Amino acid sequence: MSKVRVLVGTHKGAFILTSDGKREKWDVSGPHFAGWEIYHVKGSPADPNRLYASQTSGWFGQVVQRSNDGGRTWEAVGNKFPYEGVPGTHQWYDGTAHPWEFKRVWHFEPSLTDPDTVYAGIEDAALFRSTDGGANWQELAGLRGHGSGPRWQPGAGGMCLHTILLDPGNPNRIYIAISAAGAFRTDDGGATWQPINRGLYSQYIPEPTAEVGHCVHRIAMHRSRPNVLYMQKHWDVMRSNDSGDLWQEVSGNLPTDFGFVIDVHAHEPETIYVVPIKSDGEHYPPEGKLRVYRSRTGGNEWEPLTKGLPQENCYVNILRDAMAVDSLDSCGIYFGTTGGQVYCSADAGDNWNAIARDLPSVFSVEVQTLS
Amino acid sequence: MIRVVLPPHLRTLARVGGEVKVDVPGQVTPRSIIDALEATYPMLGGTIRDYTTQERRPFLRFFACAEDLSHDPPDTPLPEAVVSGVEPFLIIGAIAGG
Repeated sequence: MSKVRVLVGTHKGAFILTSDGKREKWDVSGPHFAGWEIYHVKGSPADPNRLYASQTSGWFGQVVQRSNDGGRTWEAVGNKFPYEGVPGTHQWYDGTAHPWEFKRVWHFEPSLTDPDTVYAGIEDAALFRSTDGGANWQELAGLRGHGSGPRWQPGAGGMCLHTILLDPGNPNRIYIAISAAGAFRTDDGGATWQPINRGLYSQYIPEPTAEVGHCVHRIAMHRSRPNVLYMQKHWDVMRSNDSGDLWQEVSGNLPTDFGFVIDVHAHEPETIYVVPIKSDGEHYPPEGKLRVYRSRTGGNEWEPLTKGLPQENCYVNILRDAMAVDSLDSCGIYFGTTGGQVYCSADAGDNWNAIARDLPSVFSVEVQTLS
Repeated sequence: MIRVVLPPHLRTLARVGGEVKVDVPGQVTPRSIIDALEATYPMLGGTIRDYTTQERRPFLRFFACAEDLSHDPPDTPLPEAVVSGVEPFLIIGAIAGG
């Protein structure tokens, strides 16, 4: 019998929600690391019992936790993220040069094949890799060394590297995204990188079609078709059919194309999900109605999904790492809100249930499908 | 042995309860105490002082013998009462955040 394990990072700890394949009854464990901000928890595809968690605090800095038993027990591992060489500067909010400073880990992306290899996306934006289960971390410095690094600047949430996509068909290809620098790709295992922001238009920056400077909120792919990418930009939902070489807008009939999350159905590469948010000044759903929008055509044509979601007086946000899908036959879609709810649809979005309702503000949601 | 009181979150992280005691070779200073703490409890590395700057994290304070020692240079010798174990060295989390 299949099981599902949902890994939830919140403002005050991590929670692990488990259910059988029906996804009707849920057990909740936690808070793990109570009182700490848990930016992200993610399991290894190669060993589902191996989990990595980013535990952070304004008081105590960054801690990295690792579990070898699916989250029952944890151990602190390496939390030293030294930038390679002289870190240099990036742009600050006012355009002045600001030294690169490590603040926290936003996202872990475990290797598809090796439980001890894991990538970390950090603030101030850089990509690190560990090959010893998180004990030691080395920067993939070619990213900041691309040459555009001094022109990167923070988004409102900080200058974070928040998305890491590993190409399942090509171990040398990795995509990453940074707010507010944009998306980048390596084709040589991380040694060198190129910006992949052509086709993006950001009217809030001095040069709307600049090579870098775009506030990319999230990118997603389907593992069967890793050359097709979907992006939720600050404003605009975008699609690329050529590994990011060129993007085209697919916002179509969305009520607003601002938002943070985007994800892809586990079995239908053209079925994608977003949660429109009213605006960058009003981080809540339009009209106070929490609606997931689904496109079965890879964008442009969107339908609202509302059954089981609050359709009045709802003013939560859904942060960029807070949506995930399982891989059961009837694909499950999950997302968490800043109001502490975690919603699940066991039927690809048609019907929704709150599987946790009163957690701390949710930062991240990941799902493991266990056999 | 030097007595050290950690803030509750760091006690949980280090899996200790109440005070901890660390052997501090040489002169007893804030720096040498933290060196000893990090050697005994590696999970505390980077949580009391920043790895890069080696400076005390801004929301933590160091106290001993009813004195705020937070702004003393890190190699300042601590009072004899701390060295002799009569008084603990206190690492306090600031009351902040609302």
